[in-house]
Amino acid sequence: MTPTLQVVLVVSTALFSAGLLAALSRRHAIFILIGIEMMLAAANLNFIAFWRFSPQPQPPTGVMIVIFSIAIAAAEAAVGLALVIAVYRHYRTTSVDHFDQLKG
Amino acid sequence: MSSVAFVIIAILTLAAALAAATLQKLMHAALSFAATLVGVAALFFLLGAEFVGLVLIFVYIGAVAVLIVFTILLTRRDVGKDRGANWTGALLATGVFGGLIWAILKTQSVAIVAPHMRSISVKRIGEALMTSYVWPLQCVGLLLTAALIGALVLVMEEKR
Amino acid sequence: MSKSVDQIFVNAKQWVLSWLTGAPGWVLQVASSLINIFALLFVFLTLFALMSVLERKILGRIQNRYGPNRVGPFGLLQPVADGIKMLIKEDIVPARADKLVHFLAPILIAAAAILALAVIPYGRNMTPFTIDGGILFFFAVGSTTELAVFMAGWGSNNKFSMLGAMRAIAQMISYELPLIITVLPVVMVVGSLTPDRIVAAQAEYTYGLVPRWFVFTPWGATAFILFFVSGLVESNRTPFDVPEGESEIVAGHMTEYSGFKYATFFMAEYIGMFAITGLAVTLYLGGWHSPARSLEFIPSYVWFFTKLGALLFVYIWLRGTLPRTRVDQIMNFAWKFILPMSFTCVIAAAVWHYAGRGLRGWLWSFFVIAIVYTALSMLLDTQRKFAPRVYRFAE
Repeated sequence: MTPTLQVVLVVSTALFSAGLLAALSRRHAIFILIGIEMMLAAANLNFIAFWRFSPQPQPPTGVMIVIFSIAIAAAEAAVGLALVIAVYRHYRTTSVDHFDQLKG
Repeated sequence: MSSVAFVIIAILTLAAALAAATLQKLMHAALSFAATLVGVAALFFLLGAEFVGLVLIFVYIGAVAVLIVFTILLTRRDVGKDRGANWTGALLATGVFGGLIWAILKTQSVAIVAPHMRSISVKRIGEALMTSYVWPLQCVGLLLTAALIGALVLVMEEKR
Repeated sequence: MSKSVDQIFVNAKQWVLSWLTGAPGWVLQVASSLINIFALLFVFLTLFALMSVLERKILGRIQNRYGPNRVGPFGLLQPVADGIKMLIKEDIVPARADKLVHFLAPILIAAAAILALAVIPYGRNMTPFTIDGGILFFFAVGSTTELAVFMAGWGSNNKFSMLGAMRAIAQMISYELPLIITVLPVVMVVGSLTPDRIVAAQAEYTYGLVPRWFVFTPWGATAFILFFVSGLVESNRTPFDVPEGESEIVAGHMTEYSGFKYATFFMAEYIGMFAITGLAVTLYLGGWHSPARSLEFIPSYVWFFTKLGALLFVYIWLRGTLPRTRVDQIMNFAWKFILPMSFTCVIAAAVWHYAGRGLRGWLWSFFVIAIVYTALSMLLDTQRKFAPRVYRFAE
């Protein structure tokens, strides 16, 4: 029994939901970023799965998209973590419950 | 494609992802995140995209995971723990998961088996990057430079 | 005759695999991989044991004393004594340390170091695992070392460990970029990321005399020196051993490790050294090729390990000769000198290629490197002008 595309998609959906769980339910700002990175990784897995299971011969589109996606995710993680450090310097805490100065 | 290896790696990856989402101790959760990424890279290897798997290990584990643990260290004033998953978050995530699974299992056109394919070679990726994808390559280079400068500016101490 | 001596290990492995002819395909693959792995581990663990005693003897001779010479003839059985000592030591884990992380860190760092050895060609047809993006695999695995060093520092729950780990990671990250950029000219010129193809591209001799190793081109020589220095830093060796400087932060991230775990860290550092020098030999010094046509009867793996031994001797020599550099000096050196020079190597390799790969290309690329080097040396003049020294004596 070789894995069908459905199995791979189920795995990537589970990974996406785990990332969503981390992003929604955590209080520490960095964990929300970790959740976002996990969701990005799940989306990359989706791209590669669809590329692999499509009829051959196939141009390397899926692989290209994932390469750029990884680069962008790394840049976004760097900027996001720099933001967290800058915010920490001001508020002295990383719990997102306390970032409510703009609350109406 | 070997299905035993696939099932084992998929289970390990999902276990690490759940651990990263729900563990209370911060450092353990961050390290489980790194383990999740190793699992995803292994899945990429199984799916025939070895170059991308190696790039994932290199960029994510070598750089992003180290960044994350450093930031946890530097912003560690109060506590080393965090409240794990709470109810609304878990409910929403389960809802999304259920909805997507229902959609996938209902679609018959994705119940296909992998066609026979050799792994893509690095040479082909290089050719594609330099011919059809050269504009996105330059844009990503510009984006990375902007992100580098932006991150530096954000964390620089203000001059008094 | 010399060809069969050259291929003796490959033939031995085929002979062992012939015992399993009837088995299904995956059994043969697993058996072949296992034989490769065990041979690799055997060779490199023996080399590690040998090097640990040879290093102390050579350091001793540099410092005008004998090294260890009590255990066995000329002290060569010293690793056995060291091994017994490490194994019977009590394994102390700090009470408030994070047990899982503290336990996993040496394992991860040793695993990363040994994995990196798997893609280097040790002789003709003697690469343990041929991966299409072999060089990328090497660097990807090497970059997981940083996370393991951090785990070691954090898991010990000790400020010295944490500080040592941060210094080690800062150093490793800074020098990882020059390490990769100096590999880029070689990959560009050969057109492949596979170490086998890179070695095969250095096969012939120009004018029948000088081998076509990349170290004999100007960009290759510069890139080799930069790669060598970056490798020194990546392995945390003197003069860049700030993370484990005994006089500064006890043992850095390895402070709270005793007994066998410390031996594992030690082993991981040495095997990392072997991996980086092995890659340097592969990329620049022609891999397992011999330097002269008349010497080609000597087997390929003998040449590889001779070159490896020569580079390791230079490592030990540098350790015995140079003092430790300061952390800010290391960082300045990386970002202000080594990184621009490595970019210059890339440009010089392109110039060499497009000016024809002969004498004209050699001269043009030498010119490019010389200009950038002179400009950097003049711009980075960091000498402070000191005031004349005033001596005050106790009056």
